[in-house]
Amino acid sequence: MAFFMDLFVNGLLIGSMYALVALGFVLIYKATSVINFAQGDLVMFGGYIAAAGLSLYHLPLWVAAPVMLVLMVVLGFAVERGVLRPLIGQPVVSVIMVTIGLALVFQGLAAMVWGAATINVPLPIPLKPFVVWEIFISPINVVAAGLCLGFLVLFAYFFRRSRMGIAMRAVADDQQSAMSVGINVRIVFALSGAPAGLASGIGGIVWGNMLGVDTHLSLVGLKVFPAVILGGLDSVPGALLGGLIVGGVESVAAGYIDPYVGGGTKDFAPFIIMILALMFRPYGFFGREIIERV
Amino acid sequence: MINRECGVFQTTYRGDMALYPVPLAKASYGLLLLVLLALPLAADSHKMAIINLIGLASVGAIGLNILTGYTGQVSLGHGAFMMVGSYTAAILSARYGMPFWIGLPAGGAVAAAVGAFFGIPSLRIKGLYLAIATLAAQFIIEWCINHITWIGGGAQSSIYVPTPTFFGWEINNEYRRYFLVLPVCVLAYVAAQNLVRSRVGRAFIAIRDRDVAAEIIGVDIFKYKLLSFAVSSFYAGVAGALWTYYLKIANYEHFILSTSISYLAMIIIGGLGSVLGSVFGAVFITLLPIVLVYVVEGIARLFGFTYFTIADFLANLRLIIYGGLIILFLAIEPEGLYRMWGSIKRYFRLWPFSY
Repeated sequence: MAFFMDLFVNGLLIGSMYALVALGFVLIYKATSVINFAQGDLVMFGGYIAAAGLSLYHLPLWVAAPVMLVLMVVLGFAVERGVLRPLIGQPVVSVIMVTIGLALVFQGLAAMVWGAATINVPLPIPLKPFVVWEIFISPINVVAAGLCLGFLVLFAYFFRRSRMGIAMRAVADDQQSAMSVGINVRIVFALSGAPAGLASGIGGIVWGNMLGVDTHLSLVGLKVFPAVILGGLDSVPGALLGGLIVGGVESVAAGYIDPYVGGGTKDFAPFIIMILALMFRPYGFFGREIIERV
Repeated sequence: MINRECGVFQTTYRGDMALYPVPLAKASYGLLLLVLLALPLAADSHKMAIINLIGLASVGAIGLNILTGYTGQVSLGHGAFMMVGSYTAAILSARYGMPFWIGLPAGGAVAAAVGAFFGIPSLRIKGLYLAIATLAAQFIIEWCINHITWIGGGAQSSIYVPTPTFFGWEINNEYRRYFLVLPVCVLAYVAAQNLVRSRVGRAFIAIRDRDVAAEIIGVDIFKYKLLSFAVSSFYAGVAGALWTYYLKIANYEHFILSTSISYLAMIIIGGLGSVLGSVFGAVFITLLPIVLVYVVEGIARLFGFTYFTIADFLANLRLIIYGGLIILFLAIEPEGLYRMWGSIKRYFRLWPFSY
């Protein structure tokens, strides 16, 4: 039981980090209905900027982190305006392909600017794990989980309560009606990329600290898909729930199955869960069900 | 295909569906075939290798286009289905000593079965959800081949295959491999071209255009979706098996997610819903990295760099240009090279007397 709890709790902590990456994805999907295959690469880019600031230029954290976040917001804005917005209304294949093209550009660009070697993101957090009820927990995971939860709550609040958040939801729902009640759709679109960039930036710092930053960091983005499918593509709380489930499942599955099959369970267990979810509840836990009429 | 098609005034549906709209078309196909057969006379071994790669890619791309372009089911797991075909062929040839002409269809058949299985979710989900489900297929198949020792053969998951022979004729250099690849390619092309004109092909297109409406006019959606997955995966399997015999090794690293993505890029750049477009796309995507290396290297030489000092830079630049071209292409010509080809042909249809 202690073994299970150890796996499970650590899985949930990792899961909250997945949730943060998934959040960036959901934010873009909510605003533009574009499924963003470059999400992992945005995270990687955030990680690279943070790592470059902290490790290469030796900036203090309180300078590097805000600079990184500002740059990521600008990047999110640019990506939305330059690449994703022209795609609204295009067939799914084209959208997928363009964001994949974007991902390739990001990977090439990052490796070209900062080199192929792995860079660390040093954070002033102790490495020594502490023990709670016989479970080993490393402090960085707790900090990361706290950051992620904080951001999720913030964004959930933003979409529920704030004027801008409600306007964004309205535009995502129906652009024409939103326009007719006086919402400036252009501004809403322009701003929708920014929170996604912000979430990706935070994701980049925490993931970069855990795994080190190189182009492989973008693989984190692949785990986003099971998470968002489970939670529902357009739901902020769904991103959290999906991320937690993915984290928990992969950790427990890896702990129990890996010794028998020689590793790799982590990478495919979440996808099995996802297929099952797709079979029984394709729009996820909190996603909006699409009803089709001819 | 390459001839002018002026003076075509169809009065029957049959005539409209014809592969050869004018008598000249037959001659032009014949000429094309002759050129293809005579190609080895004009190319050295290195060029033959590139041509063979294009051929291999074409088969896979045509398969994916049947599924994505004609039936409208986006697949990100095409590489995995190729992997299934590749390993099936390798196991048959390396462990049971089967010749390649059994391995090829067997690879296709097993891949078709696996593909149809992973097509089952398409009954309930579509669009981007399906794309993600096929992404799962990619990872699950890759994992199985890597971790089930019987399939992958343990470490590295590589199976070496003996040189394929055709009645004592060893297929051991690029020229001979060309004559292994070419017939498969031509067969794949003709079969696809005929499939999409048939009742089945029309059912595929109906599902793509509006699945609910297709169901109402009596198309059994589930059956045809699965069939489309099976046919597409059959192509993928044959292409994978062909890879195996071409490289004389089956290795999963040739068929990872990025392979699936580049096949998707091929059919989008070539033109969705066009068999000829798939071939165009295969040519484009296969040649792109090769041409890029030449061009960038040439420019670098002008500034006095050697290849080795810029190898890293080159690899990254290739990635950027590749991604950038995909984005640019979709922005400028979303319907792909096939559409461009059509425009050129239309322009010359009445040339030089167009008004």
